[in-house]
Amino acid sequence: MKQLFATFGLVLGVMHAVHAADADPLNSSRWPDLQERYLEGAPVVFDPRVEVIAPRVAEDSMNVPVTVRLKDMPDVTRVVVIADFNPIVKVLDFQPLVAQPGLSFRIKLQQASPIRALVQTSDGKWYAGGSWVDAAGGGCTAPSTGHGAPDWAEKLNQVQARVWHDGRNQRVRLRIMHPMDTGLAPGIPAFYIEQLAIEDEKGDALLRLETFEPLSENPVFSFDMPDTGSAPLRIVGRDNNGNRIDAKVMQ
Amino acid sequence: MMMRLLGTLLLAGVCVFVSAAPALDYKLAPRQIAHDTWVLEGLTEDITRDNGGNIVNTAFVVTRDGVVVIDSGPSRRYGEQMKAEIARVTAQPVIRVYNTHHHPDHFLGNQAYTDVPHIALPAAQTGMRDQGGAFADNMYRMAGDWLSGTEAQPAERAAQPGRMNIGGHDFELIALSGHTDGDLVVLDRTTGVLFAGDLIFLDRAPTTPHASIAHWLSALDALSALGAKRIVPGHGPVHDDQRGIEQTRDWLRWLDETLARSAAAGLDMAEVMRIDMPERLARIPLARSEFERSVTHLYGDYEKRVLNTIAQPQLKQK
Repeated sequence: MKQLFATFGLVLGVMHAVHAADADPLNSSRWPDLQERYLEGAPVVFDPRVEVIAPRVAEDSMNVPVTVRLKDMPDVTRVVVIADFNPIVKVLDFQPLVAQPGLSFRIKLQQASPIRALVQTSDGKWYAGGSWVDAAGGGCTAPSTGHGAPDWAEKLNQVQARVWHDGRNQRVRLRIMHPMDTGLAPGIPAFYIEQLAIEDEKGDALLRLETFEPLSENPVFSFDMPDTGSAPLRIVGRDNNGNRIDAKVMQ
Repeated sequence: MMMRLLGTLLLAGVCVFVSAAPALDYKLAPRQIAHDTWVLEGLTEDITRDNGGNIVNTAFVVTRDGVVVIDSGPSRRYGEQMKAEIARVTAQPVIRVYNTHHHPDHFLGNQAYTDVPHIALPAAQTGMRDQGGAFADNMYRMAGDWLSGTEAQPAERAAQPGRMNIGGHDFELIALSGHTDGDLVVLDRTTGVLFAGDLIFLDRAPTTPHASIAHWLSALDALSALGAKRIVPGHGPVHDDQRGIEQTRDWLRWLDETLARSAAAGLDMAEVMRIDMPERLARIPLARSEFERSVTHLYGDYEKRVLNTIAQPQLKQK
């Protein structure tokens, strides 16, 4: 089946190449629409420096790990992550500010799909990269497990975090307790974190992101940024019901 | 002209269909490995539309009182073909089926064995009841038509650990856990053959969707102490030494150490999946894909232990 798919993709790819120099290397039928919608039709360069690392097959459709890695790509102002065939396509919209433009997170996947990073640099140009993930599916229309647990409300928006220093840079990993319900499971409204930022001691944002329904329940993130020393970091944000996230990470 | 072309194409299509629809024959070939004892050795591959899920070892012991089946395979079709192979070996009827655990390749053939008890540990019975339907669906997705007509038939009888004699064979049922919460091991003390289920893998990377590495390592110690003469692993070749136990232990220890070290170093899941493997493990079939799957299954727990500091909340939710 996969082979058939690949062959089919190859044929499509060749056909596309005749028409457009920037044919989608992932051969997804949705790409032209997505380019129109998320980049307003702006030209985009598929660039090997934009790497989306994900398993070839999603073992757990509720938790598909993704790392976006950007090698030697200066002046990145925005990283938009989308999953072509998810019922809700947009995963997150990341402004690295002083942080490095790569990040890691986990998503729910409804079916096999490309996962893409669309990267904008300060001159306004767009670059893209991505990879296909095969999935048994159902990740977006299943209820969160959190809603079944008695104490979910008590733990809502609790943050667990840790910072690793390597001398020059620091990695911040955090996990936020939140059901991240997509609204697609019968009878359960959409309930998800919309905004998140990491601030330094003075309240200046080091990075900022908008997040959407496809992120996994109790989302886990990894960010890399220049070392800010031993001063505490602050994690702030809110969900679509107005509940706030505000936690101090002591180092 | 167009119609004729269409007709020819259709005809061609039909021919292709007929010739490409073989009788979905697993070509099972029972091999005698001890007195009264046969094994049907599966491929050390992933489940595909080519192999129909025949990636598992099943076995049967012909006693004076009838045939004891250990694991029934990945589909109804497999169960039926296995039953036909048993009938070629002996006129004795099958009298019971043991399912070593609740994974689909070990019990989806249960349907073929009607009117005999299907026996598993209570945790495995629960697993088959709760997840059997989803397992069958997923198996269908991976193996296709081989699964037609297959429905999960969970083991309805709870295994009683301990010794018992069936038709001249002195069996011992041992309740362990680690690969799953309910791993049943069958030791035939008359022949010295150990049916280890998926607690032992040899030359096929172990799978961990419901594993506890700590329990699994203890189970391997228990199996090692049994002094079996011949071991039938859940996957991989039948063998007479400790190779399967050692390789499974080696894999699990490396997995545990790698996940713990990665979590302590602050790696995220997709990064862990890319980690280099030592050559002795990397050469095991399916090593990379099973490692990736294991990261998904297990890394969350290692991660939670490292992200143990609850960041101090700045405001109380109302």
